[in-house]
Amino acid sequence: MSVLIDKFDVFAGGFLVTLQICVLAAIGALVLGAVVAVLRISPVPPLRAVGTAYVTIFRNVPLTVVMFFAAFGLPALGSNADFLRIPGLDSIFKRLGTDLPYFRFALIALVLYTAAFVCEALRSGVNAVPPGQAEAARSLGLTFGQNLRHVVLPQSWQAATVPLGSVIIAMIKNSALVGFFGVVGDLSQSADQLTSAEGYAFIPVAIGISIGYLIMTVPLGALLDRLEKRRAVSR
Amino acid sequence: MRIKRVAALAAVAALSIGMAACGDNGDGGGAGEAKSFAAGSTMEKLNKAQKIRVGTKFDQPGFGQKGLSGKPEGFDVEIAKIIAKDLGIPESKIEWVEAPSKVREDVIEQDKVDMVVATYTINDKRKERIAFAGPYYEAGQNIMVRKDDSSITGPDSFADGTKKVCSVTGSTPAEEIKKHVKDVASQVVLFDTYDKCRDALKGKQVDAVTTDNVILLGYIAKDEASFKMAGDNFTKEPYGIGVKKDDTAFRNFINDTLEKSFSDGSWKKAWDDTAGKFGATLGAAPTVNRY
Repeated sequence: MSVLIDKFDVFAGGFLVTLQICVLAAIGALVLGAVVAVLRISPVPPLRAVGTAYVTIFRNVPLTVVMFFAAFGLPALGSNADFLRIPGLDSIFKRLGTDLPYFRFALIALVLYTAAFVCEALRSGVNAVPPGQAEAARSLGLTFGQNLRHVVLPQSWQAATVPLGSVIIAMIKNSALVGFFGVVGDLSQSADQLTSAEGYAFIPVAIGISIGYLIMTVPLGALLDRLEKRRAVSR
Repeated sequence: MRIKRVAALAAVAALSIGMAACGDNGDGGGAGEAKSFAAGSTMEKLNKAQKIRVGTKFDQPGFGQKGLSGKPEGFDVEIAKIIAKDLGIPESKIEWVEAPSKVREDVIEQDKVDMVVATYTINDKRKERIAFAGPYYEAGQNIMVRKDDSSITGPDSFADGTKKVCSVTGSTPAEEIKKHVKDVASQVVLFDTYDKCRDALKGKQVDAVTTDNVILLGYIAKDEASFKMAGDNFTKEPYGIGVKKDDTAFRNFINDTLEKSFSDGSWKKAWDDTAGKFGATLGAAPTVNRY
């Protein structure tokens, strides 16, 4: 188990890279997922079809395949995902701005994949709002946008937080894949590095990176439990 | 009662397996030569069982690659066959076990294989957990670039921080090239296989792929129009055969076998039939290291 102490800097560095990609991917997925959810519940049939198609594709394709498309398909199309080199943001998240595109590719794949699940979590929240609420809003003359903003979404948020949290926790664990698609130095790739290049036994290293993931997921889970309890009281 | 029944079942299963093994010995060992080894040694055990488990790569062109035949082929595979033959075990009784880089020490320690022949570079860190016979080949790290690129001439071309290089996670070449780059996070890409590196080189996400020369030669042989070598080998990577750490007798036996194969030409023939086809030069036979 001495590897946990000897190589603490490697684990800490891996944790930071994984944390960076998770924070960025969570923001991206929540935004994109909300957009897709609005498409799916919109009154315009073609938009609904687009939203449904998006969810059908990205929810049903394995994440590894999405990663492959992002890391090897985008370059084939001539893109290095340079639009993600957002000025300002790339000074906080240094990996966004490097010449090497793999951090950006992995981010794109995680966001696209997770957004499908975020969309469905939000939609389940919307469905939990009694239909009478939306009907009442409509009969008051509210437009679709106003209806969502003032009546439906605030109420759906309550029912959606817990499933949304589960989606984000799953995403954090899914991020372990990025180390196999060219992102150097995240938790899972660090583990690979320690076991195969430096010859450490696998089990202690696996315990080390598990701790890294748990530091991210357990507090999130605890927060969700608290939110749920508070909601139970308020009802 | 239940426990007893399970125990009885286990006993029956063990017996039947034992009997099957006896049956195997009776009629299957015809091809094996009668050889005698010191009692209690690994050689005797393997010879008696008429079976050896060899860990090798299944995805390494020229060394150990599993093709349509369903059996791995390559220089490592031929070397393993030479050793098996010396143990009096026919080729058909070799059980091939896939041993990718990161589990090679583990499969030896956990007794999943009897030896590992898998482009296995001898180094001190690995010697802490297992022992090496050999080397049977001395490779060296080199750099592969796109055919039209003349800006990279050797490992020092990465020092200015602009050129990007790809290798495989946890491999010795990956560790070596990290010493030559300015910033690992923005210059080094690591994948789990060299195929992905080749695609990244072709797609211009990276400027070079680095690993042992023989592996690169395999890729260049397949696609000479796209790739070429940049400069000469800049490290020495002696390939050894991994065995259990305390099994000195078996290690000595393998070393003897290797020396025999160096002098009787079977070593050279194994090379010419496999990795030699890619145009890699074999060089003089290495001196085995009996540490």
